[in-house]
Amino acid sequence: MDRTAPAHILRGMNRDYEVIIAGGGLNGPALGLALAGAGLSVLVVDAQPARARAKAEFDGRAYALALASRRLLEGLGLWDRLEPLSQPIRQIKASDGRPGEGAAPFLLHFDSAELEEGAMGHMLEDRHLYAAFADAMAAQPGLTHLPATEVTGQEPEGTGIAVTLSDGRRLTAALLAGCDGRASGTAARAGIRRTGWGYDQTALVCAIRHELPHEGTAHQFFMPGGPLAILPLPPGDRSSIVWSEEAGAAARIAALGDDAFLDVLRPRFGDFLGRIELAGPRFSYPLSLSLAESYVAPRLALVGDAAHGVHPIAGQGLNLGLRDVAALAEVVVDARRRGEDIGAVDVLARYQSWRRFDATALALGMDAVNRLFSNDNPILRAGRDLGLGVVNAVPGLRRRFMRQAAGLSGPLPRLMAGRAL
Amino acid sequence: MRPEHSTVDPAEIAKFEAMAAEWWDPNGKFKPLHMLNPVRLDYITTQIATEFNRTLTAERPFTGLRILDIGCGGGLLSEPMARLGAIVVGADAAARNIPIARIHAEQSGLTVDYRHTTAEDLAAAGEVFDVVLNMEVVEHVPDPAEFLTACRHLLRPGGLMICSTLNRNPKSFAMAIVGAEYVMRWLPKGTHEWSKFITPDELYALLEGAGLRPVDRKGMVFNPLTWSWRLSDRDLSVNYVTASLRP
Repeated sequence: MDRTAPAHILRGMNRDYEVIIAGGGLNGPALGLALAGAGLSVLVVDAQPARARAKAEFDGRAYALALASRRLLEGLGLWDRLEPLSQPIRQIKASDGRPGEGAAPFLLHFDSAELEEGAMGHMLEDRHLYAAFADAMAAQPGLTHLPATEVTGQEPEGTGIAVTLSDGRRLTAALLAGCDGRASGTAARAGIRRTGWGYDQTALVCAIRHELPHEGTAHQFFMPGGPLAILPLPPGDRSSIVWSEEAGAAARIAALGDDAFLDVLRPRFGDFLGRIELAGPRFSYPLSLSLAESYVAPRLALVGDAAHGVHPIAGQGLNLGLRDVAALAEVVVDARRRGEDIGAVDVLARYQSWRRFDATALALGMDAVNRLFSNDNPILRAGRDLGLGVVNAVPGLRRRFMRQAAGLSGPLPRLMAGRAL
Repeated sequence: MRPEHSTVDPAEIAKFEAMAAEWWDPNGKFKPLHMLNPVRLDYITTQIATEFNRTLTAERPFTGLRILDIGCGGGLLSEPMARLGAIVVGADAAARNIPIARIHAEQSGLTVDYRHTTAEDLAAAGEVFDVVLNMEVVEHVPDPAEFLTACRHLLRPGGLMICSTLNRNPKSFAMAIVGAEYVMRWLPKGTHEWSKFITPDELYALLEGAGLRPVDRKGMVFNPLTWSWRLSDRDLSVNYVTASLRP
């Protein structure tokens, strides 16, 4: 690991790096790799030690990568390695259900055969995705990765920003990117206020092994307490469960032993996968929405959950974050090629105006979907059955839903449209 | 103190001097120029890279090129050129712009040679450049033919001049004068004189008359829906930009 700043003088400035990234989860490394790949000097500062990130064993965490996110990984040169480890999502079946009544007829059926781009998305385990980022960071000479170190202070100073680290160093850059999650310290220090609310709902997350093959089908059951998603993992006999429940019920379920937990889970999605057993530890995450009032401040840009923390329905959090990554990388790289100051107010304003509407609309859209589908009111139930029936009956409308879910609608950053930065 | 020989109209200089202090505020009086700057820079950097065989992804792609920015103002074009590695002279006939531009370049850690002078005086002194940037200037000079001839003298053979200006037609009157100066108040009233605007064909004739060979022209088009500018191959109806070479 290289702990020293590059010695060369950076583009007319005596700065340590062009961009310092606070946060080493997934968005931070992705942004660092995109920028360093385009020739920028980048420091990625991660509060967590490398050992805590790199897991050899499956820990139950997995992502549903949208097609646009896969293209970003292709653009970063990581997809060749990740594709054999991923599970293409060939179909999505959504239906309405109540425990005890079994699964209702499928109300929505998305088939990737209708989408010319191929699979609608891919399931990928967190450990594989992080390992690919870690190896790529180590192999990228323009990127310095600094684990087990925190950004503890920041001070915009005219045409740059001074960043203080927990190891006592004070480094300068043209831009600081806050990829430090919904409790973003970079946002708080910049005085960016947040708005949001809890849902009195908790997501129970785990992986299961099942007797019958999933055949690449993802299921979403809309239950009164919240949606239950069953997402296919490779090689065909494992799936990831994301089960949202009312917080009190979720706490009781989370407290159950593994066998009792499975006894509660089983009747909720019937027997189409045969016998099921746990394939890893169980997690629970309280659901809440947290939106930053601004995505930018002088010499600072917020990315991912630091800008918009959404709950994990349909795995949109990572996809949304990677869209931020691709948009910010494009804005910064274009500005640098023009000779502009990459951290200038007007450059950062381009990133904010590109991303804020999309991210807020999606966050609030998922909020509305969650509220609608978490309701047991018979009128709403009838309405949504009718609404979903309509979506299903009209191929054009359904295709639009699918393209939205695959992340292919709206102005796409170049990295997500299969083009180079 | 003014340069002795000048084709710059003193009344024009006074108008811009009054506006100089706000150069670098993207939301200040020069907001329209800041908004226009990315497309101007896209055009300039692409033309220079093509003509001098440079790769824009390189660390400092314009290293070794000597670039003159005429009417540099606060340095909105000079600084990017310096950041890309060029040796830059920024010339402005308005004395007040020079210290503002110098202070800002120093703050940015960039080296730009800012001078209170004119194209004519630089040419008379025998200065020679690889690239001359002549952006939104020609519509403000009293004698465009004489001015462009001075610009040709400033280029080495094979050198490149980028020249942008405003077309003269009812639409440009509506957009640049009524829209920008009176309705949006983006620019002080009287910034532009519509009769001094030049059609693309007139500019090509002027460039050729000055001994330059025009090689490219593009429109710069404002989209009020996205509130941004883009380059256009076809729409040169208001703002446009040209590239020409000294044979």
